[in-house]
Amino acid sequence: MKRGLLVPVLTVAGFAFLYLPIISLIVFSFNESRLVTVWTGFSLRWYAELFQDSQIVSAAILSLQIAAVSATIATVLGTLAGLALTRFGRFRGRTAFAGMVSAPLVMPEVITGLSLLLLFVAMEAAFGWPSGRGFTTIVIAHSTFCMAYVTVVVRSRLLDMDKSLDEAAMDLGATPVRVFFDITLPIISPALISGWLLAFTLSLDDLVIASFVTGPGASTLPIVIFSKIRLGVSPDVNALATIIIGIVAIGVVGATLVGMRRRPRG
Amino acid sequence: MSSLAEPPRRVWTFIAERLGRWGINGRVAVLLAPTLWLVVFFVLPLLVVFKIALSAFAMGRPPYLPMFEWGADESLSITLHFSNFLFLLRDTLYVNAYVNSVRIAAISTVMALLIAFPMAWYIARSDEKYRNLLLMLVILPFWTSFLLRVYAWMGFLGRNGVINNVLMSLGIIDQPLTMLQTEGAVFVGIVYTYLPFMVLPLYTTLVKLDQNLIEASSDLGAKPFTTFWTIILPLSMPGIIAGSMLVFIPAIGEFVIPALLGGAETLMIGRVLWDEFFSNRDWPVASAVAIVMLVILLVPILLLNHAQNAVVEKDA
Amino acid sequence: MKKPQIAADTRPWRDPGAKPFVRIRNVTKTFGDVYAVDDLSLDIYKGELFCLLGGSGSGKSTLLRMMAGFETVTSGSIEIDGQDMATVPPYERPVNMMFQSYALFPHMTVENNIAYGLKRGGMPKGEIADRVAELLKLTRLENFARRKPHQLSGGQRQRVALARALARRPKLLLLDEPLGALDKKLREETQYELVKIQESLGVTFVVVTHDQEEAMSLATRIGVMRDGKIAQIGEPQEIYEFPNSRFVADFIGSVNIFEGVVTEDEDDHIRIASSEAGCDIYVGHGVDCAPEQILWYAIRPEKMVLTREKPEADANVTHGLVQDVAYLGDMSVFRIMLDSGKRIHVTQTNSTRYDLEAISWDEKVYISWASDAGAVLVS
Repeated sequence: MKRGLLVPVLTVAGFAFLYLPIISLIVFSFNESRLVTVWTGFSLRWYAELFQDSQIVSAAILSLQIAAVSATIATVLGTLAGLALTRFGRFRGRTAFAGMVSAPLVMPEVITGLSLLLLFVAMEAAFGWPSGRGFTTIVIAHSTFCMAYVTVVVRSRLLDMDKSLDEAAMDLGATPVRVFFDITLPIISPALISGWLLAFTLSLDDLVIASFVTGPGASTLPIVIFSKIRLGVSPDVNALATIIIGIVAIGVVGATLVGMRRRPRG
Repeated sequence: MSSLAEPPRRVWTFIAERLGRWGINGRVAVLLAPTLWLVVFFVLPLLVVFKIALSAFAMGRPPYLPMFEWGADESLSITLHFSNFLFLLRDTLYVNAYVNSVRIAAISTVMALLIAFPMAWYIARSDEKYRNLLLMLVILPFWTSFLLRVYAWMGFLGRNGVINNVLMSLGIIDQPLTMLQTEGAVFVGIVYTYLPFMVLPLYTTLVKLDQNLIEASSDLGAKPFTTFWTIILPLSMPGIIAGSMLVFIPAIGEFVIPALLGGAETLMIGRVLWDEFFSNRDWPVASAVAIVMLVILLVPILLLNHAQNAVVEKDA
Repeated sequence: MKKPQIAADTRPWRDPGAKPFVRIRNVTKTFGDVYAVDDLSLDIYKGELFCLLGGSGSGKSTLLRMMAGFETVTSGSIEIDGQDMATVPPYERPVNMMFQSYALFPHMTVENNIAYGLKRGGMPKGEIADRVAELLKLTRLENFARRKPHQLSGGQRQRVALARALARRPKLLLLDEPLGALDKKLREETQYELVKIQESLGVTFVVVTHDQEEAMSLATRIGVMRDGKIAQIGEPQEIYEFPNSRFVADFIGSVNIFEGVVTEDEDDHIRIASSEAGCDIYVGHGVDCAPEQILWYAIRPEKMVLTREKPEADANVTHGLVQDVAYLGDMSVFRIMLDSGKRIHVTQTNSTRYDLEAISWDEKVYISWASDAGAVLVS
């Protein structure tokens, strides 16, 4: 049956397309030669060089800090926005609010970056804050676009959640604040965690927006990587990529497996 | 109705009462925080972009005429308004960049659709046990760094890259092919990066497609191709539109992919904006470029919104 | 099915001086232009098991949710135990609700679900444990205290929901389709249990249901709802035997309705000429109506008798052809086309095991009924 095979073959080809470049990237990170494409022998020297490169190490630390703070702000704001969109019924201005919350998702990064930079410059001229650009401005920019992603995740979980759970708690004597902390929060907590992780990853990954709103001395990891690879491939970037991909893969696979096992039957 | 002797509760009640007196209750506070944040850090910046697109370029820091002075001279500001936008129209570089961006984004979108449809179909029709695993495999690359995935293709397509090496060692070619820094590499980069965004909405609509419809169609005498054309395709339209827009919209403004995989002649508008800003330091023109880009994206964004609502309605 | 045994003299709704426990006065609820509940007034008395019965969109759930405090009243007032509820939020009402979906907290065990309301009420820990144990015993869930809701069967979840709603000793318990999610057999058992618990605790229950059988077997009184209004309030028997409108007669059970014109209007009887029935209808009691008035006569299928010979009477006898017989075991349902062209249903109990002489398809039969068998309806 020719037709019976066509779809599986195309699917396998699709997955090959997704994974072959990554696999070759990982393989050549263990290559001894400086050429990242000709195999000469197994070596860990690029990993060793990576950790001696103080520029990369400090950029990685900065990026992790920015990502953690941005993801946390984005999760708090995104959760509030998700709550407003799912639990407040039809309030005045709801359409405008929903549009404003999801607009950053479709905004090209170059525009988000440019517009925020222009704002920061204008604000500094007007009130003297933020003085200069760097950590704070990147965090603000990342929180803004990550918040939209968190809202999507939290909102869909809240839509799935039986609304009568909140009502039942209220019926049993819990005030609205109590209901939120006793019932809503524990039930949507998986969504908060995946929203936070998504925001963290997006922040860690962002080159364009950070390039616009950064200032002297605040080079994030993507900015450093970009300036390196613009000139061509380099094996220590392969090593760095392998480490990042490894961490992410373990995290995502682990989270998915845990999620599968813990999913209640009901 | 707990005992009011609990001290923490008293503090909360007190704070709530105080805020309530100013008209701030829980609901308002929940709504106010994200609204304020987005107004200040999302809406306001776009207004600033508008304003600067209407300002004159000036040497200095910041490289445009001060915002609060031009208001006094209304007529001047109107001529300036035209000047930045007319500049874009007059210079073929910008017009070409816009046309090129739309063309490259459109072609990449069609390619992504052709690759994603069989994958989404296969996943949707596979055993429920494996669906989550396969979906995870589609999403997994999305979680790893975007920049590094584009970088992986540099090593793959380069002159000394994996593909050239393999083909040469097999004796298929004896001269390395030039694949990097071509428009083709940009297509590959865009399709590769945004493939998960195409697969997921397609999967969502296809998995809800009732298998009985396909059986009914063939029972009524339709050949598989007819079934696909008359039943499957129309019913998966919301997913096709949503997926296509999720690829098309970011592709239009893409900077990293053309910068790393494209050649000097692969002009895309995101890259032009970047250069205008970082190399030429012409903020007013960069702002005008951004606004024209937003106008181009308006229709795709509305299409996406419509398609997503259709997908959600089917859920309900 | 056992019903709450309330003696005639303890039916407070029959005593005009009795003080209602729940007073609903001219309540209206609108969603945009839609009137979900429309100028509705209703009294519910202490210890009652009151059923709100209606189709979807009749406003029964909205009314329940207004009593619980989840919906605000657009106009009118709701009083519970003498207290106006207008400004009382759900968490301060002496009311608890059992949700249609049960709404069990998925991240808490059965005992924590039941204890939740008690903790919010600030009850000391030891007392909470005692009360939870008591409720687990009442609902026969002692062995499931440590389980999570998703580890329970449908019937067990239903009992947890009931236990949780009863925990705070509410004065009024609201139940939204309490048996809707259970299969038929379990539903019958649970119905019985629910009534037993209600009786032993003496709590006032208000049950919303769309299932008329459930309402008939549970309720002390039924309020039939339609388009946001109460169509009729009464004890189950009243609603079935003395419906006040064609809607109620048709909604509860099955019924044959004949249109006719009043020809005799006396104090002790009336006579209706009905071309639909193909005969005169003689009603053995006075009716508030006028000669020449058009009205309707509703008669239940089981109140009619089939014979081959013509009974001696000048009214309440008509003639038709048996088109179909459905044998249901305990009884048979006859579909008969009257000479007038109207189709009716008649049911006959199968009191003997087999009757070779039984009336069958394509037979011409006489249909007759007693002078007090049906109800005269003016709307």
